[in-house]
Amino acid sequence: MSSSLQSLQGNKACALAAVAAGCRFFAGYPITPSSEIAEKLSRELPRVDGVFIQMEDEIASIAAVIGASLGGAKAMTATSGPGFSLMQENLGFAAMTEVPCVIVNVMRGGPSTGMPTKPAQGDLMQARWGTHGDHPIIVVAPASVQEVYTETIRAFNLAEEFRVPVIVTYDQIIAHLVESVELPRRGEIKIVDRKWADGTEHDFKPYAETDDLIPLMARPGDGHRLHVTGLTHLPDGFPTQKPDLASKALTRLLDKIERHRARIDKVELIETADAEVVIVAVGIAARAARRAVETLRSEGIKAGLVRPVTLWPFPEEALRTAAANARLVLVPEMNLGQLVLEVERVLGRGVRVAGLNRVDGEPIPPAAMVSKIRELVAQ
Amino acid sequence: MNEIARITDFDVKDYLRLHLMPHFMCPGCGHGIALRSLLWAVHDLGIDRNRLAIVSGIGCSGRVGAYIDANTYHTTHGRPLAFATGLKLARPDLTVVVIAGDGDCLAIGGNHLIHACRRNLDLTCLMLNNEIYGMTGGQVSPTTAATRVTSTTPSGNAEPTFDACKLADAAGASFVGREVTRQAPALKNLIKSAIEHDGFSFVEVMTDCTEIYGRKNDLGESPEMILSQKCDMVPDGLGNAPDQPFRPNPMATGILARHARPEYGRTYRDRAADLRAEKGR
Repeated sequence: MSSSLQSLQGNKACALAAVAAGCRFFAGYPITPSSEIAEKLSRELPRVDGVFIQMEDEIASIAAVIGASLGGAKAMTATSGPGFSLMQENLGFAAMTEVPCVIVNVMRGGPSTGMPTKPAQGDLMQARWGTHGDHPIIVVAPASVQEVYTETIRAFNLAEEFRVPVIVTYDQIIAHLVESVELPRRGEIKIVDRKWADGTEHDFKPYAETDDLIPLMARPGDGHRLHVTGLTHLPDGFPTQKPDLASKALTRLLDKIERHRARIDKVELIETADAEVVIVAVGIAARAARRAVETLRSEGIKAGLVRPVTLWPFPEEALRTAAANARLVLVPEMNLGQLVLEVERVLGRGVRVAGLNRVDGEPIPPAAMVSKIRELVAQ
Repeated sequence: MNEIARITDFDVKDYLRLHLMPHFMCPGCGHGIALRSLLWAVHDLGIDRNRLAIVSGIGCSGRVGAYIDANTYHTTHGRPLAFATGLKLARPDLTVVVIAGDGDCLAIGGNHLIHACRRNLDLTCLMLNNEIYGMTGGQVSPTTAATRVTSTTPSGNAEPTFDACKLADAAGASFVGREVTRQAPALKNLIKSAIEHDGFSFVEVMTDCTEIYGRKNDLGESPEMILSQKCDMVPDGLGNAPDQPFRPNPMATGILARHARPEYGRTYRDRAADLRAEKGR
């Protein structure tokens, strides 16, 4: 039996991918436009001996997810804008305690309750910097239902491999879009499981620095009897306030992501080899940008697209290379200018960077990108 | 070693992470008695510490769990019940005990408490009630008695207090109990019953904050504060009149409510098994 082709809604593809990736625990609180993920998993998880629970709020949801992951389960939650904001404190806890988990944030209009049934891309920076303190994070931003499927699986794998919360973020359009998805057979899906500590030794150091900077996890019940705390802690798991040790502990958290960028980075480059105009976009905006690139090319403008699939850490090298010969970089995004800040940071003052923004609950059409670029090129 | 410890084979040192001593608790703090009573109950019940998980929140109570040589989780303020819910659902084989403070349980985590009571997952929640926010410097808590002076009620607390046991009972907790730290053996026995209970158990432990609450309100030293907890004790029935000055008065102790209700985790797993059986047919 080969892979099967199915018509799937984005959110349902996300739920099915989670189960395929080995997710066996979901805790969530209903919020539009993410609710179908919870609804689907409430049916799927009991069938695979997993647990679905609808918690009293989003804070409880991510707390339960972290608790379940500490118990050994692959765990996830799904939410949208306001709910994602509520999860931020515990997202920091998961980063600090290095607990693998997946958080899906289906972006909707904001701030506050905004436009619940309309798409937006206003949470790109919240995904990176939402919680307090400096913290590692991985964010993936799929742009099609197929990619929602593959990136949700990859999110679980990255979470397990690097012991970090991984955020999957896409907008309401992709959430509710129905597209053909090729579902691979079970044996064809690459599944990564966290590295468990061998043995049961009681003096096991749960945050001991390993060569790859990723400590081994220990399962409760195996005899290690660990302490887990969100306080800055030593390799033995107990708190410290010693300046040099605290600095070392926090720096390792960021280094464990930076050092392994080659395994985390994923970026789609379209026609960037000779690009004089580069569009940088994610999610639904990138799909429009793809069409814009085709149109511009047909008009003789050498345009290309950089689409970060791994949004954070940001694909700095790929962007620098793609924009090496560019005289203009356009960042179309459905917010008032977030991704553009990162593009400006990476490219410095060497290249002209412009934004194209829309926050009325409608997607940015390819024609708007084309005319903006024509206008800027003519100047 | 005191007399009570001598007549049992319980040695608290067997259960503590001695490398963390001396502990951080203030002289006279009742949290140590609560900790010791919990460990004594664990000892009496013969619980395998490898399968014992202690989940705590933030504050003085939050730091107590770290001293226990078991699987200990020091989580975020107000959220230990929510963490514990995920842990217990993923790992029904673990005995999960939540240690939370009055702020953890009744203020920031009030929502989680009422839903944990309603859900009836097999967790034991010990609420260490010292009537104050100790770690942040003695601010008013939802259980600070009326008229008391705290660092945020300079002219005396004007808000009525929660009767946590009544709240837990009304929200559906299938086991509700309260004990005072003066009665360590009774507290131990209450915690034992709570852990043995199949479902959500809520135990309010009346403890004392001598250093920054008692002193500010001229309540005496630890012995006076602990003794005063037993004033007007009523052996059964829920406490009432929580807006009276000082203690909930009269304050009931012991097992205050026990109901047979379906345990949530088993109910969920049974239904999931039915679903799988239906699918397999």
